Amino acid sequence: MSKVLHKRNLSSIRSGESRTAWGLAIPALALIMSFIVLPVVVGLGLGFTNAQLLSPTAPEFTGLSNFRTLLGVATTTLNAEKNPDGTFVKDENNQIVYENLRDRTREGSKYPNLIGKSEVKRFSENKEEGTIKVLLAGDPSFWRSFTNTVFFALVVVPIQGGFALLLALLVNSRLKGRNFFRTIYFIPTVTSMVVISMLWRFIYQNDGLLNKSIANINSDYKPIDWLSNPKTAMYAIIFMSIWQAVGYHMIIWLGGLQTIPAELYEAVKMDGATAWHEFKYVTLPGLRHTFVFILITITIAALGLFVQVSILTNGGPLDATTTLVHQAFTKGYGRQQIGYGSAISFVFFGLVLAISLIQRALTQKLED
Amino acid sequence: MKILLKSFKYFSALFLAIFFAFPLVFMVISSLKPDFNLLQDTGSYRAFLPVGPISFDNYLGVFDRIPFFMFVINSLIVATVTTVLGLVVNSMMGFALARMRFKGKNYVFAVIISTLILPFEVMAIPLLYLMVNLPVLSFSGGLHITKGLFNNYQVQILPFIASAISIFLFMQYFKTLPKELDEAARVDGASWFMIYRKIAMPLAGPAIGTVSILTFLPMWNSYIWPVMTVQDERYRPIMVGLQYFYVNFGTAWGQIMAYLTLLTIPVVILFLSMQKFFVNSIATTGIKG
Repeated sequence: MSKVLHKRNLSSIRSGESRTAWGLAIPALALIMSFIVLPVVVGLGLGFTNAQLLSPTAPEFTGLSNFRTLLGVATTTLNAEKNPDGTFVKDENNQIVYENLRDRTREGSKYPNLIGKSEVKRFSENKEEGTIKVLLAGDPSFWRSFTNTVFFALVVVPIQGGFALLLALLVNSRLKGRNFFRTIYFIPTVTSMVVISMLWRFIYQNDGLLNKSIANINSDYKPIDWLSNPKTAMYAIIFMSIWQAVGYHMIIWLGGLQTIPAELYEAVKMDGATAWHEFKYVTLPGLRHTFVFILITITIAALGLFVQVSILTNGGPLDATTTLVHQAFTKGYGRQQIGYGSAISFVFFGLVLAISLIQRALTQKLED
Repeated sequence: MKILLKSFKYFSALFLAIFFAFPLVFMVISSLKPDFNLLQDTGSYRAFLPVGPISFDNYLGVFDRIPFFMFVINSLIVATVTTVLGLVVNSMMGFALARMRFKGKNYVFAVIISTLILPFEVMAIPLLYLMVNLPVLSFSGGLHITKGLFNNYQVQILPFIASAISIFLFMQYFKTLPKELDEAARVDGASWFMIYRKIAMPLAGPAIGTVSILTFLPMWNSYIWPVMTVQDERYRPIMVGLQYFYVNFGTAWGQIMAYLTLLTIPVVILFLSMQKFFVNSIATTGIKG
């Protein structure tokens, strides 16, 4: 009897606890559901429609059409135009003139897989046969943004991670004024990216700080317009991005360094280890978890590259610095093609998800 | 050998300090110069020294060109309201997850963890669409339903109140508090809400500091979302004000530098005065992650 009573009491306490807990959880849960989960789900749906931002008509379901435009690539072979005597037509630069690609890509052409696509590049020209191959894509800017984003991440992740570790080791060592140095290194990360980008715009511009400083040292120097040159624009953005964010990851490394027990260092010192051995056998293994965390945070942040691009170059010159998120905003907000922009966001989401799954698998391997 | 290594270390530390500080020093110094001197000094050490005709004219120019104080107040309202509401809802959720048992807890936890790595950029475009098409109750002259939530404070605040990171930080912190605390309070007949309100929150100072910074700073710095959702000048935040200087770009660098300085100074002061919280917040997320 008393056991039953006790049980009932406990369960009524539990259900009271459950109710209060839900009461505490619901405000945050409701907000997360409406402003994070719902947009992600709706975005996935909108990717299959032609939704416009400010349009009186309801969005129509268009199936895979957005993704087909986005991801569609094709190649075709063009033949040289021939003179009546059978020789190839040449232009003023003595280059062979080929058939007009427009005839194949426009509405109603005989090549249904080429309709609506644009040229990305021409390759493997055969001057004897008079043929040239053309690579086409439904949205060349999207592919450019995809490769730019991956390139940015591939360069930034190792450099920023490694540089941050060096900084952390420096300010973690016995160094007078290390708190001062740590503060200075960290200040760019608390400064708004908008402010930072405007400053570097001035540094990089034609008569800006960088060009004038180099010219001061070397009078033969011809100024480079860092942000308007397709060859340098991406590197300029990479450099600035690392400069801005490296202090943040320095602090994370520092947190990791400080979790390594001092006894370990003393132990290897007694064994007469060199500084390099100390680093290799104590510091590095002790930073395993931090390493994974840094890898994940830098990678995801790098894949989301956008604000600096929108202020420094707006994706140009010639799409040299456009990124996935920049494309999603340009199409989704700039051109108001919400459906298409959502499709790009979804590809971005897939990339982030894939990377974090791969890294999670790596982590588990490291833990074993 | 040891002395050589040591001086190399100091040299590197000093060089790096210059490397990280020079753009900000340049910004502050340039904000005091007329455009002509600013451009002329570029490229020599003079760019980093307050030499030539120094004045606050650029700052006066900024106040002339844009409604500066309105933008500051807008940013303060948006960032403060988001931070305060965020502290309330995220700490409640963190408390429930850390200290209480309830049905469906695992599902709630799974939802929060899965949004933890989700960058805002993923949902920005669909969220914009939802906001523009959302039916909203409006109270101006009676109650009616209008379409669209934009050009106001709410659109800048609502999406950013709840945050997986803040919940996570609160949860981790509440887990470190000894269990005996709430058991004793339960015996004394305190409700769970009382335990949260009177015991857990007063002890959560460090977590509150960390979460406040992690919310306030990005809100003060926010740019892209207000650019998309706020066309009405009366609700525009401070970062978007920068667009007013694009109009005749290249001629007003002095004013731009003054504006950038005004945007940055409060953040740097906040950082310097609360550095411990900043550093702790990042270091702990790193270890726990």
